Amino acid sequence: MTDSIAPIESRDWLRRRSRWSPFEILFWLAALLPFILFPTYLPLASQIAIAALFAISVDLILGYAGIVTLGHAMFFGLGAYFAGIISVRGWGEPVSGLLMAGLFAGIIGYIVSFLITRVQHLALLMVTLGLGLLTYELANALHDLTGGTDGLRGIRTWPIFGQFKFDLWGYTGYAYTLALLFLCFLLSRRLVNSSFGLALRGIRENVKRMPAIGADHKGHLRLVYAISAAIAGLAGGLMAQTTNTVALDSLSFERSADVVVMLILGGTGRLYGAILGTIIFLVARDQLAGINPQYWYFGIGLLLMVVVLFMPTGILGFLARIVDRRK
Amino acid sequence: MISQIVIVLFDGFAFGMLLFLLSVGLSVTLGMMNFINLAHGAFGMFGGYVAVTVMRQLGLPFLAALPLAFIAMALLSVLIERSLFRRLYKAGELNQVLFTIGVVFVAAAAATFIFGTVQQVIILPDWLRGSVEFGGVRFGIYRAFIILVALIITALLVFGLERTRLGAQIRAAVDNQRMAQGLGLDVERVFAITFALGCGLAGLGGALAVEIIGLSPSFGFQMLVYVLIVVSVGGLGSITGSFVGAALLGIGDVAGKYFWPEIGSFLIYLLLVAILLVRPLGLFGKR
Repeated sequence: MTDSIAPIESRDWLRRRSRWSPFEILFWLAALLPFILFPTYLPLASQIAIAALFAISVDLILGYAGIVTLGHAMFFGLGAYFAGIISVRGWGEPVSGLLMAGLFAGIIGYIVSFLITRVQHLALLMVTLGLGLLTYELANALHDLTGGTDGLRGIRTWPIFGQFKFDLWGYTGYAYTLALLFLCFLLSRRLVNSSFGLALRGIRENVKRMPAIGADHKGHLRLVYAISAAIAGLAGGLMAQTTNTVALDSLSFERSADVVVMLILGGTGRLYGAILGTIIFLVARDQLAGINPQYWYFGIGLLLMVVVLFMPTGILGFLARIVDRRK
Repeated sequence: MISQIVIVLFDGFAFGMLLFLLSVGLSVTLGMMNFINLAHGAFGMFGGYVAVTVMRQLGLPFLAALPLAFIAMALLSVLIERSLFRRLYKAGELNQVLFTIGVVFVAAAAATFIFGTVQQVIILPDWLRGSVEFGGVRFGIYRAFIILVALIITALLVFGLERTRLGAQIRAAVDNQRMAQGLGLDVERVFAITFALGCGLAGLGGALAVEIIGLSPSFGFQMLVYVLIVVSVGGLGSITGSFVGAALLGIGDVAGKYFWPEIGSFLIYLLLVAILLVRPLGLFGKR
């Protein structure tokens, strides 16, 4: 406890927060294991990496800035459709296509953020939900552009850098998604351990006090919302490129709800919580839904109730508390 | 054309009245405890199942099944409120949302386990079937029955809220929970009663909805968005608000799907977002 007594430079404090722990390095090494240990599960591993990236994007606004959203699939789907449509129209180069998809989602996110910062509580929930449903219906109505309920057909993704073809087993796919997940994770980690990240947490804890101490809280919220939308768009674009399909379900309410559930399971306000929650959620769904989809619904419902009641900081928060107590 | 508009208004209003029954309880309880209960529609679903089951297994008439659905859901809601939901009144809105979504999942799985995934049918008595012609337009008798039931219940609710002691206590608790508590009102008890009444009404709405909307284990999810729209557009804790919101949504939904099937739902959501941006507290919300 000497830290808090000794006066330390705020910059040092931030730097100490962002130091890498051995657990983190181990974790990212473990993320390479599917290549060797479960090569048959590589497509599932890619799905997990994509969903984890999406969960991180939601964690930035929900876990750090406190914006509860039930419509973030909007940006995931926009990114997916953007990447898919430019590929159908003849530009299948993956990296530039992905960046454009992320940029597109980010720009829309910035525009939407002006609406989001106007409302709070139930109205916020409903505006995000409404915007998500609105985008879904719009994609459904723009049949000529999106393929409507049939989904987008004819996506061709060229080899990455002209070298690495997307193979049937998903080696390239997983390497590509994992690399992007890692890059975006680094960016998000840098973001939340910066003074900007601290300001966001301040807004989450007390919306009224932040403007009182001179913080431009709406500006902060708009910026993080746009960044989060861009990352969600990247995740969507990845899905379009690795699976070569985009369907309306990429915009659905289920996707928006699922990602929040994953986040809560893992623990909000921790980037690793987003990743861990996604792994638990998708592996459990893969295993349970194979037996009987109803088991899955029952299991996930029960798990949600238990986590909310007994582990309000998520599974990772729960583990962290046990570790702290041992010390 | 005019007869089309009339029939859309009529059908839409009937649909809106179903939505009103399904959501008015949530509006009042949300206004009182700020407890966002997404599982409210699940009570409607089980209400429907209760009605279908007692008619099929016990051979009870439709008119007896409706109050039974109400009573069964009111009792069930007391159990669930006392055992689970009360732990979450102080929790954040995110936790409430997720916990109650978990309840919807479990309810859907339980309904599938007990009743299967098939669409349930309800056998209406003869006098509720068919339609009557009036000025060249054919009105469904059952829809008129729904409107009648909903109007009677609205009158009872307004009367109860304005004129009875419990009503005064509910209004006090909605207006200012802490002040009401400070004046010696047992807000938790008032809330439990309100919650039971609201879920009972949802159960009744669910029973009435079987013929119009259908009934399957996904009912709770299907109705979730509709119920939330009614509550947020109408404004929390306001019966008038819920009534107007439900009627607007019902008419808008039917009209949108009838006249502009391609973009009907789109227009509804656009309107939802626009209303909430201009009036974040809803049309009739005070706080």
